[in-house]
Amino acid sequence: MAKRRFDLKALPGFTTIAVICFVALYLPIIILVAYAFNAATSTSEWGGFSLKWFASAWNNDQVIDATIRSFQIAVLAATFATIAATMAALATTRTKAYRGLTFKYAFINQPLMVPEIVTAVALLIFFSRIKVWTGYAGLGYLIGAHTAFCIPFAYLPIRARLESMDLTLERAAADLYATPFKAFRRVTLPLLWPGILAGFMLAFVISLDDVVITNFVKLGGQDTLPTYMLGQIRRGITPEINAISTAFLLLSILIVTLFFFASRKRD
Amino acid sequence: MPDKNAIEVRDVSKLFGTGDAQFAALDNVSVSIRENEFFTLLGPSGCGKTTLLRLIAGFDYPTDGQILLYGQDIAPLPPFKRPVNTVFQSYALFPHMTVGQNIAFGLEMLGKPKAEIEARVAEMLKLVRMEALKDRKTSQISGGQQQRVALARALAPQPKVLLLDEPLSALDYKLRKEMQIELKRLQHETGITFIFVTHDQEEALTMSDRIAVMSAGKILQVGSPWDIYDRPAVRFVADFIGETNFLHADVVSANDGRATVRLSSGKEIPATFPSGSSPQGKVTLVVRPEHARVAAPNGTSAHVGHIENVVYLGTDTHFHVRLDDGTPFIVRQQNSRNGHNGFAKAERVGIEFGQDVAQILKD
Repeated sequence: MAKRRFDLKALPGFTTIAVICFVALYLPIIILVAYAFNAATSTSEWGGFSLKWFASAWNNDQVIDATIRSFQIAVLAATFATIAATMAALATTRTKAYRGLTFKYAFINQPLMVPEIVTAVALLIFFSRIKVWTGYAGLGYLIGAHTAFCIPFAYLPIRARLESMDLTLERAAADLYATPFKAFRRVTLPLLWPGILAGFMLAFVISLDDVVITNFVKLGGQDTLPTYMLGQIRRGITPEINAISTAFLLLSILIVTLFFFASRKRD
Repeated sequence: MPDKNAIEVRDVSKLFGTGDAQFAALDNVSVSIRENEFFTLLGPSGCGKTTLLRLIAGFDYPTDGQILLYGQDIAPLPPFKRPVNTVFQSYALFPHMTVGQNIAFGLEMLGKPKAEIEARVAEMLKLVRMEALKDRKTSQISGGQQQRVALARALAPQPKVLLLDEPLSALDYKLRKEMQIELKRLQHETGITFIFVTHDQEEALTMSDRIAVMSAGKILQVGSPWDIYDRPAVRFVADFIGETNFLHADVVSANDGRATVRLSSGKEIPATFPSGSSPQGKVTLVVRPEHARVAAPNGTSAHVGHIENVVYLGTDTHFHVRLDDGTPFIVRQQNSRNGHNGFAKAERVGIEFGQDVAQILKD
């Protein structure tokens, strides 16, 4: 291999800065995970190895309840967001360039730039009005809110995939007598699938993780796992929070890994 | 038997852009392509040849004009309603399907019964000699094999016309030569009308029954490879196809397709001219380098000059001659085994023309 003219690794301090970054990123998480196995009631003094906090979390109905709710919301919101994002991506890449297309890109991605707290307050006011009018008090508000802020996250990988796809393939399908619908189902969709999976995965993780908007929009008894944990921390931390965090972390890693391999296989 | 037209392009224009940026990719083009013909659209990139192919395929719609397929205007139809298939420059094989599935795609879309599809796929695989690779993914086969699959896929639904968009440009020289012969064979065996787009003049001459030379959105000349090469109508065609010498001359007389012209040396020679033109006054003549010889200057020389350069090419030698009136002239002479043809740089030579070698250009 030809020697590269410019090697980032040769810069002075590269290794040091890299190590500092990794330590800053992962050391707190490692400590958090370690103390999940603490036998003592403290999150700073080691009292021997134990799994009792995992057991305590497992037997805590509120934790289980919040976890199930988190997943319900994430699955539904990510699904809706992915469908909407796929349609938006098709509409912005598979039509002839027209005036206002760039504006449309910005419009779709705007939720990424609006401060979350602003969206949260806006949704709170909007949904409370709807609640007064309709009397509806279900999970719909949370699912709707999550869907909304998940769309740009699902949109980005799907659009990237569509843009990198060879348009001639769709043209070839049309040339071989495929109607637009059949061309989409037989050629575009199968090739787009990895992008859709990636978009869904991102949306899912973003939804699972959300605190700010959820905290504003949720009604009484609609805690998700993150808002439940936030509530617990206000009352003083026990290693149970560490155990929940650890389980949450493992679950996230597991899901992301599964999606990663699923999308790789389709590629 | 009168030739039936498979495709008739009538007064087709295609404009791109708007306002000042608007330009005509096709400028009022008309051409007829006969049934069972190997027809080539030849021209440099940007001449409109691919645009014309895309209009016939239905990937784009003409701004003006008609495209008739066996008498029916197909210009407004979407591509999936036209009995015309395309072999793409990039092949555009579906990467998520096997070779067999790719070939079956068009037939499936047409709703053919399963048994018929299977038989047809097998037949196509045999036609392009790819039987063994039916279940391979298209990413697992070579460029030449992908080319064959692309051909088989486009031929499987038995289109009325097959469109080929520079399909050989991605192949290396040897494979390209093989595929040229293969394409000719396929056209002969299937009896399907081929419309082939290329910028490679050699490819066009080898394969085509007829060639349309295009430039700047217009068709300049349509004819057999011999017509195009030996009887170019305009300067662009003469220049684009093969090496050419241009000479100034004055018309002495012209009638019945035969003319006599006087060269700047004072010598008078016979010349042909494109039908429909009536040459007079000062004209430009075309003489191919292989239709002239260098010899010692004498009374029969059409021109006299001196040799500026001698290029030995194995099979033949190129003599770059500067004529006495200042015009450059190249002579290509076949080599015999005992060395080159005996003329050296700076030597004075006469240019001898064979019978009937000069063509008068329209412009």
